[in-house]
Amino acid sequence: MSAVLTVEDLRVRFGTKRGVAEVVSGIGYTLHEAETLAIVGESGSGKSVSSLALMGLVPQPPGKVTGTVHFGGRNLVECSREQLRHIRGNDIAMIFQDPMTSLNPVLTIGRQLTEHMQEHLGLSDGDARKRAIGLLDRVGIPAPDRRIDDYPHQFSGGMRQRVMIAIGLACDPKVLIADEPTTALDVTTQAQIVELVEQLQDDLGMAVIWITHDLGVVAGIADRVAVMYAGQIVEEAGVDELYANPRHPYTQGLLGSLPVLGQPDRELTTIAGVPPDPVALPPGCSFWPRCPQRLDPRCEHERPTLRDLGGGHRVATFYDAKPAGEATS
Amino acid sequence: MTEVLVTVDDLKVWFPVREGGLRKTGNLRAVDGVSFEVRRGETLGLVGESGCGKSTTGLAMIGLEKATAGRVVFDGTDVTAAGKRELRALRRRMAMIFQDPYASLNPRRSIGDSIAEPLEIHGLHKGKDARTRRVGELLELVGLSPEYRNRYPHEFSGGQRQRVGIARALATEPDFIVCDEPIASLDVSIQAQILNLLHRLQAELGLTYLFIAHDLSAVQHVADRIAVMYLGRVVEVAEARALGEDPKHPYTRALLSAVPLPDPAAERRRKRILLEGDLPSPLHPPTGCNFRTRCPDRFQPCPDVDPTLQDAEGHLVACHLYGVVGEPVDAAADRG
Repeated sequence: MSAVLTVEDLRVRFGTKRGVAEVVSGIGYTLHEAETLAIVGESGSGKSVSSLALMGLVPQPPGKVTGTVHFGGRNLVECSREQLRHIRGNDIAMIFQDPMTSLNPVLTIGRQLTEHMQEHLGLSDGDARKRAIGLLDRVGIPAPDRRIDDYPHQFSGGMRQRVMIAIGLACDPKVLIADEPTTALDVTTQAQIVELVEQLQDDLGMAVIWITHDLGVVAGIADRVAVMYAGQIVEEAGVDELYANPRHPYTQGLLGSLPVLGQPDRELTTIAGVPPDPVALPPGCSFWPRCPQRLDPRCEHERPTLRDLGGGHRVATFYDAKPAGEATS
Repeated sequence: MTEVLVTVDDLKVWFPVREGGLRKTGNLRAVDGVSFEVRRGETLGLVGESGCGKSTTGLAMIGLEKATAGRVVFDGTDVTAAGKRELRALRRRMAMIFQDPYASLNPRRSIGDSIAEPLEIHGLHKGKDARTRRVGELLELVGLSPEYRNRYPHEFSGGQRQRVGIARALATEPDFIVCDEPIASLDVSIQAQILNLLHRLQAELGLTYLFIAHDLSAVQHVADRIAVMYLGRVVEVAEARALGEDPKHPYTRALLSAVPLPDPAAERRRKRILLEGDLPSPLHPPTGCNFRTRCPDRFQPCPDVDPTLQDAEGHLVACHLYGVVGEPVDAAADRG
């Protein structure tokens, strides 16, 4: 598998009244062809901002993005606005949590689909319309030749997300970034959308970055998982390895706090406290104040970086964390 | 344990829909004939997807939404027929915890004042000292320091605010609490804290919960029994474990199969039941069984007979697969 996208030492800082907030502090990962990488984290972990940053969608100022994002022989962080616009339309597509706010309410969905194609593929009106109807059909919108002239409010939440996906696919992207695309949807609709994206990925061979807080969804869709906490990737592993053998106390805590269907008697462990303020991150490990293990004297003062445990499993701890429960705290 | 605290009997909450603000053009049937019982000391989970009427049912049960028809009986008193004074007395014994504590707490009041408000309304713990003491007790009960009483909602994190919301709900020592999506807006690591807190409080104070949520994994974790709603109706009621292991109604089956499991191997083995299409409009629900338009198991009687809840191996199920029981559609149309 060859790498499609490589991120190195990506940082995003925002100047605030209270000081500089480092929202993404030096993350790196590689996205391979046709794979699904899930980026998991809670609100404020930097998972969404990091993806906006690699698309050039973080407004600068007040933001400041540094690092490198290798894609198609270029460093996206240094690309001009025009170049990024071109890449966003053609090679990397993004779908968001709430399709109602990302679709233009006063334009028909046909207009929004074809606008895209005319600009990036140079199709004629007729050809673009034909392609748009084909795409709507592809994402499972019934009667696409009629629905193409409808406005976003005439669609249900699940259908709107399908329209967003159709727009994303309009120019055959190599990479699809899906930012919590099912969070606003009901579970049965979520299942439909997950199924759709998996199918499209099989057919079109695109790589997907799926950003979510939901460890359940991740288990079903991801090949690899990166867990983010306070702007850093604290653990990364293949999906089976991560769930079977989580090595960071934060990952262990997250998995332990999850109610699981079919296991009503499972005791939920909790992670004490709340995530740190991005303006005042702890000097050492950012999870230190909440960590039930913190077994190494360096934890408090030194920030652990990702180290390789073999087999593509990386974890940012100073020590080998035992699974939760066996821990001596 | 089997003593019934709240009975919901054929409850309907319809909202008139007016065109141009004048002429009534129809009814939005948010809750359309719901019946179930909540037993004293238990947690009844009420699950369903957005728009199924679960929150409206919860509001009507504590008299915050007017019932169009049907009854809610709380410990022998009919909530739907109660006068203002009677309702006020009842409300002391019923409370509600909302999804978004930030929206339900007054941002200009200290949390101590917000927690004391129900005490003022019901004339409990009179006198400044007594009230301060009670507020302190309540804060401690939910795991917050009594010194926080002078702080304002914006000074707290989401999880802490939900604790404040819970303290406020507990102020009048209620018997029954409607928890409406109490963890839906919280991060995973905080959700477990709140679920554990609710569980501890139930054990300590002998509370009865109606736990409304869309997240079946969480509901199955907290509930003794679960009622599943679809488009204004209850389609299945069963013990939590039985519902999870052996769902009877086709909708319950689809819902369970759609819940993601945090287990990659299990996810790969799973076969999902994908429902066709979208939820029908509650303005014009389908005739007969209102799930029939999306049901993978639909058959001949479904459009013609409105199924009622019947016993099927210990579950209450509204589905003709377990025997055609219900009202023929023509008669049902006359009722409306």
